[in-house]
Amino acid sequence: MTEPSRPERVRVAGPARRRTPSARTRDIDAETRLGGMYMGSLLREQLRLALGVLGTLALTVGLLPLLFHLAPGLGTLHVLGLPLGWLLLGVLVYPLLVLLGWVYVRRAERNERHFADLMAGENR
Amino acid sequence: MSPGLYAVPGIVAVTLVTVATLAIGTWGLRFSRTTSDFFVASRTVRPRLNASAIGGEYLSAASFLGVAGLVLTFGADMLWYPVGWTAGYLVLLVLVAAPLRRSGAYTLPDFAEARLGSRSVRAVCSLIVVAIGWLYLLPQFQGAGLTLRSAIGAPTWLGPVIVALVVLANVTSGGMRSITFVQAFQYWLKLTALLVPAAVLLAVWAGDRATTTPSARPGDWSVPLATGGGGQGLYVTYSLIVATFLGTMGLPHVVVRFYTNPDGRAARRTTLVVLGLLGIFYLLPPVYGALGRIYAPELVASGRSDALVLELPRLMVPGLVGDLLTGLVTAGAFAAFLSTSSGLTIAVAGVLSQDVTGRTYGGTRLRGVTAFRLAAVVAVLVPAVAALAAPDLGVARAVGLAFAVAASTFCPLLLLGIWWRGLTDAGAIAGLFAGGLGSGAAVGWTLLSGQSTGWAAVLLEQPAAWSVPLAFVTMVLVSGLTRSRVPAHTGRFMVRLHTPEALELDRG
Repeated sequence: MTEPSRPERVRVAGPARRRTPSARTRDIDAETRLGGMYMGSLLREQLRLALGVLGTLALTVGLLPLLFHLAPGLGTLHVLGLPLGWLLLGVLVYPLLVLLGWVYVRRAERNERHFADLMAGENR
Repeated sequence: MSPGLYAVPGIVAVTLVTVATLAIGTWGLRFSRTTSDFFVASRTVRPRLNASAIGGEYLSAASFLGVAGLVLTFGADMLWYPVGWTAGYLVLLVLVAAPLRRSGAYTLPDFAEARLGSRSVRAVCSLIVVAIGWLYLLPQFQGAGLTLRSAIGAPTWLGPVIVALVVLANVTSGGMRSITFVQAFQYWLKLTALLVPAAVLLAVWAGDRATTTPSARPGDWSVPLATGGGGQGLYVTYSLIVATFLGTMGLPHVVVRFYTNPDGRAARRTTLVVLGLLGIFYLLPPVYGALGRIYAPELVASGRSDALVLELPRLMVPGLVGDLLTGLVTAGAFAAFLSTSSGLTIAVAGVLSQDVTGRTYGGTRLRGVTAFRLAAVVAVLVPAVAALAAPDLGVARAVGLAFAVAASTFCPLLLLGIWWRGLTDAGAIAGLFAGGLGSGAAVGWTLLSGQSTGWAAVLLEQPAAWSVPLAFVTMVLVSGLTRSRVPAHTGRFMVRLHTPEALELDRG
């Protein structure tokens, strides 16, 4: 009686990675001046985006205490049946935070796509 | 109603939450196999599940009970707490989330060591993680005691004991993997437990509106500035904003969750979902605060405003419906203690097991999982015993201290470590000490010395507005003086932090 043939061993591998050994990724790997400039541009783009979002946050939500300090009359103002302070801090601030986060995620991913394209050697 | 019947909804709720937590933890255990599962769920948690887990872990007793009570007592300026706790995630998202995940480190001390190549920085960070974790665990245990006393008339020690045992059972058996399912479940439980009663109570209020005239509100109840207003009120409000906006990223149980994402992009998307989940949740506690102003003003006078969420349903809706709603909010409150305590225990135990219990002693070294379990026991026992020994420490103040310390230590370390090449180990240590000692000593002094008035007291009670800049300036100045100590691998590490994983690059 013959031994049941064992199934052939199948090697499971992850999906093939994007292999882009372009001159530009080599510049970054070798830490040349040009590679440093590529990295610097990515960092600046992402930091500028982050500071833009935080600046918007500071100029909207961040100014509210100062506003109520300088104009105490705002505390007695009612909008849509709610005191203004309650409407702003209890309700409206949350959609604003989500919106800012959503804009950030979209743009940060776009910056990374541009960087990947740059590394692949596609000039735009 | 007799005292026995009064306690039934609470007992049923606490029992159900405990059983469900243990059951889900055991179910998650089937997926937990390796040390990596224990620490970071092997980094395969999808954004939606992970976001629910982060939300479940983050919404502690302070959010579930504390905010409503504070709003009832002090008014609109307390709305800055939930706003800050949510906005903290936006700051985390735009400055920290993706690079932190890409750093590939397990914990904050891991990140510091990898970035700065220094064992000393690691040791200081471990110390701060454990300090913040225990500071945050203590009020969770104490809150559990108060809740059980309020809901079922149990002795104060019972709450901390139950929470400690359930947390230990879950954490030591399944680690991060099973906790992820537990936390995700507890977010939705907490949301339901506030949402359903709030809807019923609002309907009752709308029905009553024709017959009751709103009580006269003092003007400053609607002003979102700290009580008293003026220059000091403005300072306290802004200092609170600094502590909460910047402190979130430095909380150990928040940070450890980011390592469970598959990659940097997923870390960002997870954070965005968290922003939405927190935004929905935080719409609710102020509703309780406002309704409490009409229906339960006596809670303020008797100093039990923290129990507002637990007692309001019975005060507004008599009979069976009120009992059912009470059971629901009690379940939510208990879920809050369990989930936050579990997350903090994981984070503290992760650090302790790497730096204390996992070390080699006298030639023997514990296995990874065994070291983690031993560390979890230590992580729970110390604050649990402290909660039993000192059951009346200021709950909200301890949480506030944790945020202020986190903002004054890990926030500058993370921001400068991620975005500035010039940070050195000497600069980091100097900044951690300046910020940690400044904020810790200030609030410690306030806790011990009690009430006093004037600018000195205000500056010490809310130190973040000066201690955070102090830490930043110290780190930058000392790093500038020790420029020769900038690690040689800094450039390579920046590549790892900021480039998308799909690119084939040398990341060190």
